[in-house]
Amino acid sequence: MSDLRKLNIDGTEYEVPADYTLMQACEEAAGAEIPRFCYHERLSVAGNCRMCLVEWVGAPKPQASCALQVKDLRPNRDGTPANIRTNSETVKKAREGVMEFLLINHPLDCPICDQGGECDLQDQAMAYGRDASRFEENKRAVDDKHMGPLVNTIMTRCIQCTRCVRFVTEVAGVEEIGLASRGEDAEITTYLEQSLTSELSGNVIDLCPVGALTSKPYAFNARPWELDHVESIDVMDAVGSNIRVDSRRGAVLRIMPTINDAVNEEWITDKARFNWDGLARQRLDKPYIRENGKLRAAGWDEALAVVAEKLSGEPESIAAIAGDLCDAESMKALKDLMESLGVKNIDCRQDGMTIGQGARQSYIFNSTIDGIEDADAVLIIGANPRLEASLVNTRLRKAWIAGGMEIGLIGDPEDLTYEYEHLGTKPSDIASIAKSTKGFAKAFKAAKNPAIILGAGALNRADTDQILKAVSGLAKKVNLVREGWNGLNILHTAASRVAGLDMGFLPGEGGLGTIEILDAAQQGAMKTVFLMGADELDTSKLQNAFVIYQGSHGDAGAHVADVILPGAAYSEKDGLYVNLEGRVQMGTRAVAPKGEAKEDWAIIRALSGHVNRVLPYDNLGELREKLFADHPTFAGLGYAPGASGAEDFDISAMGESGKVSAAPFENAVIDFYMTNPILRASDVMAECSALKDGDQVQEAAE
Amino acid sequence: MVKLLEDKDRIFQNLYGLNDWSLDAARDRGAWLGTAAMLAQGKDWLIDQVKSSGLRGRGGAGFPTGLKWSFMPKEVGNRPHYLVVNADESEPGSCKDRDILRHDPHLLIEGCLVASFAMQAHACYIYVRGEYIQERNRLDAAIKEAYAAGLVGKNACGTGWDFDIYMHHGAGAYICGEETALLESLEGKKGQPRLKPPFPAGAGLYGCPTTVNNVESIAVVPTILRRGVDWWTQFGRDNNKGTKVFSISGHVNKPCNIEEALSIPMKTLLEEYAGGVRGGWDNLKCVIPGGSSVPLLPKEICDTVLMDFDALREHQSGLGTAAVIVMDKSTDVIKAIARLSYFYKHESCGQCTPCREGTGWMWRVMERMVKGEAETSEIDMLLEVSKQVEGHTICALGDAAAWPIQGLIRHFRHEIEERIDNYRANKPVFVQAAE
Repeated sequence: MSDLRKLNIDGTEYEVPADYTLMQACEEAAGAEIPRFCYHERLSVAGNCRMCLVEWVGAPKPQASCALQVKDLRPNRDGTPANIRTNSETVKKAREGVMEFLLINHPLDCPICDQGGECDLQDQAMAYGRDASRFEENKRAVDDKHMGPLVNTIMTRCIQCTRCVRFVTEVAGVEEIGLASRGEDAEITTYLEQSLTSELSGNVIDLCPVGALTSKPYAFNARPWELDHVESIDVMDAVGSNIRVDSRRGAVLRIMPTINDAVNEEWITDKARFNWDGLARQRLDKPYIRENGKLRAAGWDEALAVVAEKLSGEPESIAAIAGDLCDAESMKALKDLMESLGVKNIDCRQDGMTIGQGARQSYIFNSTIDGIEDADAVLIIGANPRLEASLVNTRLRKAWIAGGMEIGLIGDPEDLTYEYEHLGTKPSDIASIAKSTKGFAKAFKAAKNPAIILGAGALNRADTDQILKAVSGLAKKVNLVREGWNGLNILHTAASRVAGLDMGFLPGEGGLGTIEILDAAQQGAMKTVFLMGADELDTSKLQNAFVIYQGSHGDAGAHVADVILPGAAYSEKDGLYVNLEGRVQMGTRAVAPKGEAKEDWAIIRALSGHVNRVLPYDNLGELREKLFADHPTFAGLGYAPGASGAEDFDISAMGESGKVSAAPFENAVIDFYMTNPILRASDVMAECSALKDGDQVQEAAE
Repeated sequence: MVKLLEDKDRIFQNLYGLNDWSLDAARDRGAWLGTAAMLAQGKDWLIDQVKSSGLRGRGGAGFPTGLKWSFMPKEVGNRPHYLVVNADESEPGSCKDRDILRHDPHLLIEGCLVASFAMQAHACYIYVRGEYIQERNRLDAAIKEAYAAGLVGKNACGTGWDFDIYMHHGAGAYICGEETALLESLEGKKGQPRLKPPFPAGAGLYGCPTTVNNVESIAVVPTILRRGVDWWTQFGRDNNKGTKVFSISGHVNKPCNIEEALSIPMKTLLEEYAGGVRGGWDNLKCVIPGGSSVPLLPKEICDTVLMDFDALREHQSGLGTAAVIVMDKSTDVIKAIARLSYFYKHESCGQCTPCREGTGWMWRVMERMVKGEAETSEIDMLLEVSKQVEGHTICALGDAAAWPIQGLIRHFRHEIEERIDNYRANKPVFVQAAE
């Protein structure tokens, strides 16, 4: 960035980096406002809307400031820096002209348009447009296109900025939207009227500067100025995308991404965006107690008394399992309670994952999400990052497009939106890479920054220790971990997982893990099982145990429960989450819990009084203080360790020697849209899931 | 009396196809003579010669060809260089490249070799307009002949220079004649102009240094070099040197292509070669001097104007592709320009806003003006809209759509007003145009 150029913007001289665009120079150096429609920081430059024209004094035409770089400007003939005008009469006229052109064929249906109030066209027409149109002809009408259950199209409103086209081709990696025809007949289309198959398709709604692409589930629900906004953290996967939750009168109506360059840039997955209808369905809104095989509503005191009685049994016959959506505070409270009761059978890994006891580096995504772009060779083992962590996958795609990243895969050969070398499907194929000298193996060994992405599907097997041994062997060979670079990356899929591992929500000395708990329960040895939001486990094994289910949705866990304690969904509580790279982030309450439901940590705190083991915190602040004191990593809000401490991390300590099984890897996420109770309660997600399976969705005749 | 160009000074000796197009006949006419010796002078000499000849691009913009060549990187880096020949001749009124492709293809092929060598390109692509079927077949046959004779291919002309020439057939979109849209199309994408910079000389075909030249610009180069820069510069005024193929069409007695020296008076050109304006010079209404994109000129200007880049520019028009469209007094000039507006509306790629929206708007207003169904105030509005398009687009198609309308309003505003008045008064608006 040392290459600075002098530039005169609106009469003042500035020094700006030569590789800045004129738009950046005008906005960042001179603080001028440059209107735009097609330009977007994270997409390629199209330069087609012509709204960002500025005047380069001496040039015959106004220049598109989004496309012209500072280094392309010549100084004036007398050697003084080039003069740029962002507020001259020429510029004003150019903007008015473009604005008028954009509006001549744009319907004036703002009163019934969902974009109203947050529409770039509306805002910029106010700021830069003429007072009235001179267009006397008939306006153009465009047929609406089918883009699936998530994206609503009103294509007459489209201004052909092609942001959506560029997003799906460049970021999402599916070439399913394009600009067909030419001239004034040019239309954005999905070609064959098919649904978008991307798990990121909802982002085109945010990108669309007008009301052409809007949210189908949100259609006609609310006006933006009626909504309350809260910034929070998504829990649908372990990426920890930063989101904004919009609600009105206690109902979540919309979820949108907020910008965090280190995590989700400004994208979110479709399940993060459209899970909100699931927040209103299948909710557990009061405590229940099972009597004679049937659940009946009960009061809190009654329910907690029953639970307290069960928890007073032999500690060896009691177990607690935390699910994938839990916040750190509630897990901490549950862990403290169980410890005070002497219960050692606790586990936060409901999928049966067996890692998490060792150094922190052995169970997080050490390269960091942002840092994985610096890797030059990436080996994916037993994972489908596109479904398990879509926004990690977009980073891989980004680096692959930029060139310089080789990717290899051991596991199911799915479409990951980039090319990779398929190196096998079994654990034994890991060791063969060390021996091979061709193709990816060669690039991997020569790589400066090699990285391995190890999927959750490889970590809950009987031979996980042996797989880890093979990985650590390969890691040693390619210098995967060194000072300043740590290429070992565990791809978690559960939002709660890293927090659980960090606080040691794991079986104590002689305690049982998830699989053993379930087996013991089946045999009758485990009398009481406390499920905190744990639904993705084999509940049929719990028939003989007394099951306490604390959670927000009536899903698998609630079906086998003997007592139900209604908790809050992620949108209804403040809470800390640690994402897969070990970054602590804070979620915020957007609406109140449903009915009599309570925030989860508070339920545990109340329960602790019933069992006479009163936990030493009376509010969330005190609980967090205890959490930070016991586990200091939680205090580093927003921080991901990355490669710090890599030099002290002994990767060869990972795993145990032995024979690996011949069974192929199975990915942790098969149905992207159905991975947790909230998603399974959502109609929208059900429709997406059905479409993915190729089912015909019945539509009401209109 | 203006001295006309003598036959011996014409580069395209077989422009009318009266003789054989094939290699042997072309050689008899002088093609491929001493090509190896030219290349032996080195690339810098070639570029210098073209620069000092003052040759300006024949595709419309008139950019100095030698200067364009010199923008290519001096040495070939890790990316190959390319020469792309723009044979997507689609400008209404223009049909000069077509006759070169049909009747003198070897001059073009020889030019490709010379130009490619000068720019250190081992490969040349010729992008032929979609509608040019016969021309493509002819060019294809000529290229095969040249390969068979060792003139191109490995060790072209025995110079040790490996040179391959490929022909690509377009699909009939006017916009693909824009150089960067042509490159997109050649790469297999939708023909939409690219943003400049980067210019093709920096990042062109497949992101490699590329020069795009018109057929005629390339085809005249070998003859200029053979006969010398002094021979070439004796024709035309300063800054407008050389000969040029004019395509004369419209209301003349003998429409034709004719190679003449630049700076010939328009009246001489039309009277000597095209048999004069139908019904005599005084029956002339206006002329579009350089293909549909340039503003028309009324008779008063045509009386004296010279046919070269600068003279036409002084009259706010341009030489363009030198496609002279003549309209006599029977012409409904408003309707004629409205038809051109339709053409540009139809051929706009739709990528950028002013052109996509503006061309359709302008055409619709023009159609109403043809019928007189407009307000007088709309004339100024139309002019303003055309200025809103001009200069605000990615490529020059926006300008090309705006200029004919601006020319019309500049010179024939009274006719538009009269027509609007007639329509209001319920009188016939225009009856002369025979259809």
